Amino acid sequence: MNDAANQAMDATQYLTVNLANEEYGVDILAVREIRGWTPVTRIPQAPSYVLGVLNLRGAIVPVLDLRLRFGLVREEYTATTVTVIVAVAGRNFGVVVDAVSDVVDVEAAAVRPVPDMGTAVDTEYLKGLTSVGERMVLLLDVDRLLQPQDAQMLEAALPAAADVKAVA
Amino acid sequence: MAKVDLAQFHRAFFDESNEGLAAMEAALLALDAGSDDGELIHTIFRAAHSIKGGAATFGFADVAAFTHVAESLLEEVRSGRRAIDAAAVELLLRSVDVVRVMLERSAAGIAAADAESEALRSALAAMVGGAVVATVGPASAAVAGVAGWDVTFRPFDYLLKTGNEPLRMFRELTALGRLETLANLDALPSLVAMDAESAYTSWQLTLHGDIPRAKVDAVFDWVDGDCELAVTERKSASPAVSSTTPAAATPNGPRAVREVAANPDAQSIRVGTEKIDLLINMVGELVITQSMLSQFADGVDAAGLEQFRAGLAMLARNTRELQESVMGIRMLPISHVFNRFPRLVRDLSQKLDKKVSLDLRGETTELDKSVLEKIGDPLVHLVRNAIDHGFESTARRREAGKNETGTLRLEAFHRGGSIVVEVADDGAGLNREAIIGKAIERGLLSSGDGLSDDDVAELIFAPGFSTAAATTDLSGRGVGMDVVRRNVNDLGGSVAIRSVTGKGTTFTITLPLTLAIIDGLTASVAGETYIVPLVSIIESVQIQADGVKSVAGGGELFRFRDAWLPIVRIADAFGCAGSRRGIGEGIVIVVEGEGARLGLFVDELIGQQQAVVKSLEANYRRVSGISGATILADGAVALIVDIAGLVRQQSRRKAA
Repeated sequence: MNDAANQAMDATQYLTVNLANEEYGVDILAVREIRGWTPVTRIPQAPSYVLGVLNLRGAIVPVLDLRLRFGLVREEYTATTVTVIVAVAGRNFGVVVDAVSDVVDVEAAAVRPVPDMGTAVDTEYLKGLTSVGERMVLLLDVDRLLQPQDAQMLEAALPAAADVKAVA
Repeated sequence: MAKVDLAQFHRAFFDESNEGLAAMEAALLALDAGSDDGELIHTIFRAAHSIKGGAATFGFADVAAFTHVAESLLEEVRSGRRAIDAAAVELLLRSVDVVRVMLERSAAGIAAADAESEALRSALAAMVGGAVVATVGPASAAVAGVAGWDVTFRPFDYLLKTGNEPLRMFRELTALGRLETLANLDALPSLVAMDAESAYTSWQLTLHGDIPRAKVDAVFDWVDGDCELAVTERKSASPAVSSTTPAAATPNGPRAVREVAANPDAQSIRVGTEKIDLLINMVGELVITQSMLSQFADGVDAAGLEQFRAGLAMLARNTRELQESVMGIRMLPISHVFNRFPRLVRDLSQKLDKKVSLDLRGETTELDKSVLEKIGDPLVHLVRNAIDHGFESTARRREAGKNETGTLRLEAFHRGGSIVVEVADDGAGLNREAIIGKAIERGLLSSGDGLSDDDVAELIFAPGFSTAAATTDLSGRGVGMDVVRRNVNDLGGSVAIRSVTGKGTTFTITLPLTLAIIDGLTASVAGETYIVPLVSIIESVQIQADGVKSVAGGGELFRFRDAWLPIVRIADAFGCAGSRRGIGEGIVIVVEGEGARLGLFVDELIGQQQAVVKSLEANYRRVSGISGATILADGAVALIVDIAGLVRQQSRRKAA
């Protein structure tokens, strides 16, 4: 296989979503469906960014708010607020974002590492950034958004954090 | 082009081979019992033949080689050149065990053959040649001149919970010969992290003396499968020690192998074609009804309305039938579990020198697969207990004027919306005095006065109570009946016991038909909807604020009948947002789980409904206090309350 073919294969389609005036890309192969925001059923003992669960054709699927996940201020949900259902490692979960905007082709060579500054999102959840025309698109690492051990760690850390505040 | 990947067929091969082995075993046991049905030998031969063929096709050469020898022996019998005798049946039964282990090893990608299979293979080959061979294998491996045994005994962490006690086993070993023990404490956590009910220690034991292998194995019989166990012959100067001493020769193979093989089993299900046909028919009808209804969408006039209603009624019926048939796919006959008992009863009664005939009834009764998988172990415990302790010795039965052969009845049947499984023996019944004595000794009771027989029977379910030492002097290896009860409770079922002195004991296990659908009570709490399983509910009561006692630490108690029960406010337990109601403005649902009761405080009861249980773990994770979720009529999700989990939380809070 020559280099040109290799590069063509490395082009990945991304669904871009808007969040706090920035544009993020989600690997389109991970996207199961896009649906308008509907209320969810809250679950006890969940981290604050897990809003609850919804019924996806009979399966119980957790939904998380990407703004809260990234420590941003929660926005009122509007008509354009959508839930993007993604599948990672056989698990489905929903991600609430401000709006969906576009599908873009991104070649692997065009992806640059994220400088560790200047974005609202912790670089830990980013695979890299790229530009589409004039726009900058941050590519999300969806695998890391809802990892069970991550969720549990956060939960364990929360009471401790609350204690610290109480002392201070 | 693409090479066919045989591995995708392995699972089916293992499934089919295991079914073949079960058929072989059943037929061999029938032969053993004296049946002279010529078809039996054909059944055995066919099963062995397909396993051999499959194993050769898929490249499991060891298995193929082994079954080939067994097949040769069977061929001699089939063609009438050899009469099948007890020795041959015994040898073939052992072959079934060995092939089963070999298949498990093959599935796990480990070399299938070991010293035990090789020994058995040569024994079979010798028999084919015409030589008379007595039983070979572990039992006879202990030839004269054995210096002793090295035993590596590493309990799995749950061993203690099965009611087994290593100390008692060591004491039994001491009775056989001089015992050296070396405990390995490496896995022992700090005191803070330690769970008192988990086993952390493993042992290296050395037993000195010329002791038959069977006696050593017998001590570990009850923990077989609950620990890693390796028994090796101790090297001595005597030349009698062969070089082919098996390194790990527990009859069922190492546990690790079992785990690997057992997991994929849970994933697949073999469904009868008639069930699939039924489903296809029903979906066909559904499609017809749907197209009939969509025709009306074009223009409904008064005349068409009646037809439209009829169509809707048909749709409702189709849907219901479809649901029932789909649920039926998960239902498997209980014979899947019962099948293992003829062998177990035969082996155990031979070992204990008792005569027991097994009476299996209602084997076609169907149970949900998930229930079926978990009911096996409790039943094995009950059957073992019955043979070990329930039946009297042959001599004592004769004295009592009873038939020397005891009857063990295993029966499954429907009763209402439940499945009932009974394990009944016609033995001596529970020994009231011995049980009371034991209970007093264990500090469970101060005196036995005024206890009804039912109360006494109930004592054997108490944690830490060993039925073995209480009812017979056979051994101290009793399986905790509390574990049996807990396992059954976990399935949403219950265990009852009925005993008549001199006539026998009957254990009755009542199980729900399925775990996939539950009857639930819907309740609202701060605008959220929760479902409480109906089986756990005692009753719902309204209580007044002055009927509640506050205790230190923020707990609340209320009086129910003649007990004070803790109140769990769902709104607090699950952290609901929104306003809290006063105790007088809501409803307390009295529930029972794990043998304890508590009151769940909710705002309002909404109604009763059947809930199809969905897993939260599939896409999220376990949430404590919640056993699953379901979908309400409006499509929204409601969470199902895990009563047993809340009870455990409550008792932990009490302990803290």
